[in-house]
Amino acid sequence: MTNPTPVVEALDLHAGYLPGINILNGCSLVANQGELIGIIGPNGAGKSTLLKAIFGQVNIREGAVKLNGEDITNLKANKLVEKGVAFVPQTNNVFPSLTIEENLEMGVFQTPKRFQERFDFVTSIFPDLGTRRAQKAGSLSGGERQMVAMGRALMVDPSVLLLDEPSAGLSPVRQDEAFLRVREVNHAGVTVIMVEQNARRCLQICDRAYVLDQGKDAHTGTGRELLNDPKMVELYLGNLAEL
Amino acid sequence: MANEIAIGAAAPGCKKVDPILIADGVVRQFGGLTAVNVEHVEIPRGKITALIGPNGAGKTTFFNLLTGFDKPNSGTWTFDGKDLAGVAPFKVARRGMIRTFQLTKALSLLTVIDNMRLGAQKQVGEGFFASFVRPLWKAQEQQITANADSLLKRFKLDAKREDYAGSLSGGQRKLLEMARALMGEPKLVMLDEPMAGVNPALTQSLLEHIKDLKSNGTTVLFVEHDMHMVRHISDWVIVMAEGKIVAEGPPAEVMKDQAVIDAYLGAHADTDLGTVEIKSIKAGN
Amino acid sequence: MDLISIFSLAGNALISPMTVGYILCAIGLAVHFGYTGLLNFGQAAFAALGGYGFAIATLDFHWNIWGSILFGLLCSMGFAAILGIPTLRLRADYLAIVTIAAAQALRFYVGSSTAEPITGGSAGLSQFGQEFYNLNPLPADLTFNLGTVSLTSGEVWIRIVAWAVVVLAVIFMFALTRSPWGRVLKGIREDEDAVRALGKNVFSYKLQALVIGGSIASLGGMLFVMSSQTNQPSNWGTNFTFITWTILLLGGAATLIGPIVGGMVFFALMTLIESVLGIMVDAGLLPFLAVEQVAQIRFLLVGLILMLLVIFRPQGFSGNKKEIQFNG
Repeated sequence: MTNPTPVVEALDLHAGYLPGINILNGCSLVANQGELIGIIGPNGAGKSTLLKAIFGQVNIREGAVKLNGEDITNLKANKLVEKGVAFVPQTNNVFPSLTIEENLEMGVFQTPKRFQERFDFVTSIFPDLGTRRAQKAGSLSGGERQMVAMGRALMVDPSVLLLDEPSAGLSPVRQDEAFLRVREVNHAGVTVIMVEQNARRCLQICDRAYVLDQGKDAHTGTGRELLNDPKMVELYLGNLAEL
Repeated sequence: MANEIAIGAAAPGCKKVDPILIADGVVRQFGGLTAVNVEHVEIPRGKITALIGPNGAGKTTFFNLLTGFDKPNSGTWTFDGKDLAGVAPFKVARRGMIRTFQLTKALSLLTVIDNMRLGAQKQVGEGFFASFVRPLWKAQEQQITANADSLLKRFKLDAKREDYAGSLSGGQRKLLEMARALMGEPKLVMLDEPMAGVNPALTQSLLEHIKDLKSNGTTVLFVEHDMHMVRHISDWVIVMAEGKIVAEGPPAEVMKDQAVIDAYLGAHADTDLGTVEIKSIKAGN
Repeated sequence: MDLISIFSLAGNALISPMTVGYILCAIGLAVHFGYTGLLNFGQAAFAALGGYGFAIATLDFHWNIWGSILFGLLCSMGFAAILGIPTLRLRADYLAIVTIAAAQALRFYVGSSTAEPITGGSAGLSQFGQEFYNLNPLPADLTFNLGTVSLTSGEVWIRIVAWAVVVLAVIFMFALTRSPWGRVLKGIREDEDAVRALGKNVFSYKLQALVIGGSIASLGGMLFVMSSQTNQPSNWGTNFTFITWTILLLGGAATLIGPIVGGMVFFALMTLIESVLGIMVDAGLLPFLAVEQVAQIRFLLVGLILMLLVIFRPQGFSGNKKEIQFNG
């Protein structure tokens, strides 16, 4: 049986922000339909850069990105959203002066007729967004805004969801909630690629993960494989959790 | 353990055997919102104390008040026996209480090594007239640079020595800010989320460095969300919620407190999230 | 007018004491803005105080040249303190507003009839350069020819002194900025709170920077008026401040040679443009322009250059783009 085309394929990417300086030095990634892919690694390795490169926010100088086989290298973000790629940034990810419902509406402004259908879907995953729909997003705490941002990304009915450090700055209980939510979203059929600093939690929930180091993918494997690999523990995970 | 640190039972606002910082009645209101309302708190000298709590609990605001970066509506506090309320932030730093910021303030337009040099205190060369007479400060500058290099090595930033701090990643900047704060040889170092964005393996080695600080007599107070880190190195934990201190004690005790678990730690703290049952939702389309 | 004349005039502009006056003011501004991040839009006032201070000390107090220079410096230092002490604890924009207002206020005051007994009112002061020119060691009948421009002994002397002062100012600033003191300023430029958290008295450093930059500008003011030996309020209008800013940004705000390069290029360019436009008007190539308007056009160009610089190349010729920021 032939393997179906991967949903997202990044091939040997060389990319960077400043002219002449590359953060990614030959980075590849494959995400198949329905997978939850994690990207972890040390500081400065290029994790966020890889995600942004897939979303067209960083200049790709060599290599290519494909969505369902179609070349989307350096395509602008709004085009990618139309093609079903949604991105949830780490910060500044909600409109504070708008209510939760209005934030979610912004998610479907290109296809407003789908609002009710998508709203029902999103609130089935995040019931709080439904019950507190009239609350202004600016009055929400960090974890709650995370939820709104993810909800808004889901309104687009994406085939791929890109998450940039969804647990950043959250207290432990909210982090756990965020990770469980990501699992729920993935379970509903959305392919997820997430960059995470909390490597342990990320590996616990993902199907496969890539470990980035100095702009290259240094290791890859299933979440379980990497969690239990002593070399991984030594280089990236630390064993504080076991102490 | 609790008896070494606290006098009597561990409870919010309990007295300490040897406190370095004592605060009373510190209140900070923003319009109708009370961000901080700490009746009494004492930070034990020479120990590592963790300040934990949900976002919006007032931890950073409390840091700002204690270090002079914000003015309280009321309250007094003493550091090493001396009154510190109303003292300008630069003087607070000179007295030995040095803090880092939640939103990192690595000075991007300076190189890493210059950032570090800036952290040293009592620099003769920083005086206007003395700065012209190089022999007056040259030796001190060399000593400062040597200290800086050794700290950079510990924090694994030595390769970036000559780079502008702006070219570092978020986690690296956090590390730089912490290393820079240590250049000032503080008596009490206050770290606001020092490991946020820092690679877990590096975090572990840095925790050893923080423990070393303790053996040198430095007191550490830090805000963090990483409970493994808190459990691993802190001697004492203070829990804040909605501006008040709601629990205090040794880490093992505090983390078993049901109220703390509900509001902050979560029930899955030690479970593998991949195995937790999740609800099944039908796909939208 | 032929090509040699045009280039001689431009060449003279490159080295003239007026150019140097502006260059020194720009160096002062480099200390304020380039190194410390202070927004000073009243540099003209510091220069004016230098010029007036010197002239008044010479004419009224009958002090010798050194005393007069000192007095000029003290005037601008005092002014810096008066401006700085109330405003430096506030946001950067407040200093900007206060300096604009203060410079205008000063100019109107010195030109007023109330101040006339001291400052000469709108006619200003003159003939205060005697002792300076007496110090000239060069032979009195010396002439120096720069193409078609002929300079007298006194004119050569002032040029030598002026450039010597620039070199000294640059050396002075070089020493300061390479020192730990300069490092603190750089930190303050970017984030004052970070520097406070490290135990530095930010307010004190900002005040020192304001005083130092203002003092250098006052030396510039003194040289500026020395060449013509007249000091009038009309010298110190907003034109002065904005030309100084243009020079600074043209050359590179956070560099030391920037103001020099910027100043020389700017004035040579202005002279060239004036000459060329003048020829074109005479030749009937620009029928919509009268000869008198050529001078005005130059100022149009100053504004345009300043705008383009800020937008496209805020680091100027020699600056480092990574170091420049305009958000205070």
